[in-house]
Amino acid sequence: MPRTMYDKIWDNHLVEERGEGVGLIYIDRHLVHEVTSPQAFDGLRAAGRDIRRRDSIIAVPDHNVPTKDRDQDNPDEMSVAQLEALEANSKEFNLDYIPMVDARQGIVHVIGPEQGFTQPGVTMVCGDSHTSTHGAFGAFAIGIGTSEVEHVMATQTLLLKKAKNMRVTVNGDLPVGCSAKDVALAIIGAVGTAGGTGHVIEYAGSVIEGLSMEGRMTLCNMSIEAGARAGLVAPDDKTFNYIKGRPYAPKAGQWDVAVNFWRSLRSEEGAKFDKEIVLNGNDIVPQVTWGTSPEDVVPVTGEVPMPGSFAEPSKQEGAQKALDYMGLKAGQKITEISVDRVFVGSCTNSRIEDMRAVAEVIKGRKKADTVKQVLIVPGSGLVKAQAEEEGLDKIFEDAGFEWREPGCSMCLAMNADKALPGEHVASTSNRNFVGRQGPGARTHLVSPAMAAAAAIAGHFVDVREF
Amino acid sequence: MEKFTKITSIATPFPRVNVDTDIIIPAKHLKSIRRTGFAAGAFESVRYDADGKLIEDNVFDGPTYKGAKILIAGDNFGCGSSREHAPWAIDEMGYRCIIAPSFADIFAGNCIKNGILTVSLPQADVDALVMAAEAGHPITVDLVAQTVTCENALYNFDFNPTHKDMLMEGLDEIGQTLKSKGAIADFEAKQKMTTPWLYR
Repeated sequence: MPRTMYDKIWDNHLVEERGEGVGLIYIDRHLVHEVTSPQAFDGLRAAGRDIRRRDSIIAVPDHNVPTKDRDQDNPDEMSVAQLEALEANSKEFNLDYIPMVDARQGIVHVIGPEQGFTQPGVTMVCGDSHTSTHGAFGAFAIGIGTSEVEHVMATQTLLLKKAKNMRVTVNGDLPVGCSAKDVALAIIGAVGTAGGTGHVIEYAGSVIEGLSMEGRMTLCNMSIEAGARAGLVAPDDKTFNYIKGRPYAPKAGQWDVAVNFWRSLRSEEGAKFDKEIVLNGNDIVPQVTWGTSPEDVVPVTGEVPMPGSFAEPSKQEGAQKALDYMGLKAGQKITEISVDRVFVGSCTNSRIEDMRAVAEVIKGRKKADTVKQVLIVPGSGLVKAQAEEEGLDKIFEDAGFEWREPGCSMCLAMNADKALPGEHVASTSNRNFVGRQGPGARTHLVSPAMAAAAAIAGHFVDVREF
Repeated sequence: MEKFTKITSIATPFPRVNVDTDIIIPAKHLKSIRRTGFAAGAFESVRYDADGKLIEDNVFDGPTYKGAKILIAGDNFGCGSSREHAPWAIDEMGYRCIIAPSFADIFAGNCIKNGILTVSLPQADVDALVMAAEAGHPITVDLVAQTVTCENALYNFDFNPTHKDMLMEGLDEIGQTLKSKGAIADFEAKQKMTTPWLYR
């Protein structure tokens, strides 16, 4: 029977069948950060267990690192405890550890690909739901909880129930001014935040093939916001060219064998998908979220919807609650929403291409006076260095933006980077949940270009006409 | 881990849809390096007002549902972040079972690992249980029989047999898996031949 890419990766990693679609699955790659790992290391110690394969792990702090004044004492004692625990645990267990002061430090989901650690056909985990990002390379990559982090460390496996196959095909061409972020939000708008629950989404079609590796990462990153634990894109020459020569990539003697193997991973003709969604890329316009779930999304040309326009009573109630929290009126034009703060960063949109997209929109312009702060947080030290080499940091600073050190930052506001209650934030991150960017903060998810345009205009604008 | 077979308790009704793990436990409370101490910050936006004062009659702290071991929740419960702090907090609040129309995948997996039973029932049945909970009727969840009973109503639910065994026996999953050490080593020996670049 023809198999999907996910079927193949599953079969390649099945150690034992456990019945009812459950399998003991071998895990090739594990990214570890400071927030979801300390209890796992504690568990190992308590049980006297060791880590099975040190060479399968990279540890790096990202979630609560400060993005400025790194040479000064961190006043947040709890963050310091987690950062110190990660360092001590990495040393005790002799792991590849990238400290905060290292040029390679950054968000786990940015540095995995950057280091060539993310590769087609591997199984990959991290105690973070946005591990789905790595599916851009044709890796089966999933977010896990802390117990599972410990389980993978001790056994190199996970007990998983095989998910169903779902394919999202985006045909046609993406219009100028639209990006992978808009594709991701349009898909979530179409299928809902539970649309992919229980499924692995394979993205296909000309729009996906046309995306850069950065764009594919943005798209796969948001799979979890559609409810899917993993996203996948078939690896192609773009994928191989990206990986080649990176520190963890296959070496010269193994490279050709690896590429041949990677080419064999594609879904076969006639493979069965349990759910199929087809979108026309030509119809996609820049997207803006208005509510407190990523599915609360409309085109920038649209309006805040009426709660009564939703079919189910529970959704109507949810929409009304979201409008109250967001301080918006039904029927209000999206372009009339003012922006108090702008955040460009996160594992969704903090790569070099995102930095370039922002610079291109703002070059020679200044942020609106009414916008209190524009934070530009690169995804890694390497992205930062590349951007500075291209002079992008100057463009940002000339516009009145703040150019920071790499980390998760205001995506989840675990460090000092927060929005204040009631403030509207144009954010390139992935979640507009209640209080995510600070208690009472009102998040609007957008692409980097849209965030940049909002920073200049002081309200949302259609970047295609900006 | 405490074994789960059957519980009878009043239930807390909280049928909001798309309750994410940021609502269950906001990120600012994730900074402990221990597994405990998360109950105080759980459901913060529901339980505390803007000044950080506890709202006396909220569903979690008010007298009506005090001591409830069952939480009746809305569709897509536990979506968002993979933080296991969410089930840790729910466990610490005293809940042993959550009933909802559906759960996000990662959250459901995290619950099982912490001895919390997640029961999926059709929306109409959950609606009926919300009404029963609001009326103060006790609800019985029987994992062995895979049933939920309340007054004269009985609902059957599906549950993965492997997970059922784990919950019923309160098993340490790592210890279980390590019984397959031989098979894991065999797998690695084979994989080293086919994809050697994954090993250093």
